[in-house]
Amino acid sequence: MTLTTELALLAPEIALLIMTSIVLVVDSLYDNPDRVLTYKLSQLALIITTGLVLLQFPEVSTHIMSGHFVSDPMSAILKIVLGLMTLIVFFYSYDYLLEHELLKGEYFILMLFAVLGMQIMISANSLLTVYLGLELLSLALYAMVAMNRTSAVATEAAMKYFVLGALASGMLLYGISMLYGVSGTLELPALATYLGAQTEANLLLVFGLVFIVVGLAFKLGAVPFHMWVPDVYQGSPTSVTLFIGTAPKIAAFAMAIRLLADGLQPLAGDWQGMLIVLAVLSMAGGNLIAISQSNIKRMLAYSTIAHVGFLMLGLISANQTGYASAMFYVIVYTLMSMGSFGMVILLGRNGHEADNLDDFKGLAERSPWFAFIMLILMFSMAGVPPFIGFWAKWFVIKEVIAAGHLWVAALAVIFSVVGAYYYLRIVKLMFFDKPVQMTAIKSSQEMRMVLSLNGLAILILGFMPGFLMTLCIEAMGF
Amino acid sequence: MLEHYIPILIFIVIGLGLGCVLFLLGYVLGPNRPDSEKNSPYECGFEAFEDARMKFDVRYYLIAILFIIFDLEIAFFFPWAVVIREIGMTGFWAMMIFLGVLTIGFVYEWRKGALEWE
Repeated sequence: MTLTTELALLAPEIALLIMTSIVLVVDSLYDNPDRVLTYKLSQLALIITTGLVLLQFPEVSTHIMSGHFVSDPMSAILKIVLGLMTLIVFFYSYDYLLEHELLKGEYFILMLFAVLGMQIMISANSLLTVYLGLELLSLALYAMVAMNRTSAVATEAAMKYFVLGALASGMLLYGISMLYGVSGTLELPALATYLGAQTEANLLLVFGLVFIVVGLAFKLGAVPFHMWVPDVYQGSPTSVTLFIGTAPKIAAFAMAIRLLADGLQPLAGDWQGMLIVLAVLSMAGGNLIAISQSNIKRMLAYSTIAHVGFLMLGLISANQTGYASAMFYVIVYTLMSMGSFGMVILLGRNGHEADNLDDFKGLAERSPWFAFIMLILMFSMAGVPPFIGFWAKWFVIKEVIAAGHLWVAALAVIFSVVGAYYYLRIVKLMFFDKPVQMTAIKSSQEMRMVLSLNGLAILILGFMPGFLMTLCIEAMGF
Repeated sequence: MLEHYIPILIFIVIGLGLGCVLFLLGYVLGPNRPDSEKNSPYECGFEAFEDARMKFDVRYYLIAILFIIFDLEIAFFFPWAVVIREIGMTGFWAMMIFLGVLTIGFVYEWRKGALEWE
């Protein structure tokens, strides 16, 4: 393959890097009021990148850059979802940043760098590329969490995130070094071939595998490696929480697929057991602790942990349909999470964060429409049919049963019933409680429209889950 | 199945244990005879005039970070310059792209005033 065709396949990443550099220079050279120019250019950068991915949608899987980078249908679909999600984050965060006096050009620039990192993770075909993308993403996120540097909570959250993130990266690298030491290759397909040819158990491989799974669990935020999630979600400015809670989940899923399915598939027997333990603990821990939270950002953080458990359930069957169900889950989850944090942003006003459950009291009287949107979001999160969240849980649990882990499926159902309690409590607060205050919700037309579309998408997709599922199955290569 | 992972448990226990034991050994075995002179702060011969735990200017940190970036650039340049004849135009342009990215970062830090001391 010539260099030109290789570069053509890399076009989205190259375009994003160039555009981000342009935004960086423009932002520092022109002191544009309210960062309008930076904002518009950043949006343009995302649209161009996503457009380029769409233009060269790959039919087959191609390995380029000496086998370090892969272009396949899964990477294209995930990159498109990633681009769309980040665009929505842009829409939701602009007014919030303006109101909280956090509006800096760096916010958008760091976000674009994070997106670049995630694209690299999604298309990684070697252990090194996975790590490269991960670090680019993480470093941008640490800085974004610390954006509000005069706030003590934000600084603490950033510090915690940084230290634990570094620990997780260390674990992952340790595992990677062991795998490399045994197999002598960094490329994931070559690693899989090597592992497939092994007949007897190798202690070093098990060591490497354990450390890689621990690193993954840290990044995904699965129990017992979840300590950073609630603090980071609560401490960051809500617009940053919105970003952390959505797009990186897609990248983390891609990383799990690349490492576990593309590289370590022959060791599936080993990692399945670990994932079952992590998944069950996450569903139990996340759902149970979320009940006692009074801060909605913290509650949603524990709900994330529970959802990560479900995501891992999709992986444990270790076959294509299982991976497809996990992919379906992660896309649906980011859509729901996006809407929920969007609501928290919408209700905040005049520099006040609406992050208490009390802020949702009597929302139905203040704004019936947005109470309805929140109702859709919460029902979908809880897994009530016909919303899309129900189908996501349905596909995952179906795969778990097909893989023969009946008791795991039973636990998953039990814990989603437990989880329904705190989602429905918000619905109760909105519709049956008296509002604490009656101030009107003020926000831009843009934000209202995107948030409404976000909520309605969950309802509409719920009536035709087959469309998204077909996409996911195609992505996994059938 | 679980006995499969026992070596990892042993590894973690030894790792944690060794870390703690070495730390404790130094604490227990090391001679510890404090007097007022030893406990007083030391500042190059003269009397200490303030607490060492003070706020210091974050600019030192910034300069250190910027230094590392350009230090690394030089570290990349040396091997590149040695083999430039063999790696051809691809190698040349690859380094130029690297330089370009670095320059953009440099423009940014310049504009943000990271290079101004006062």
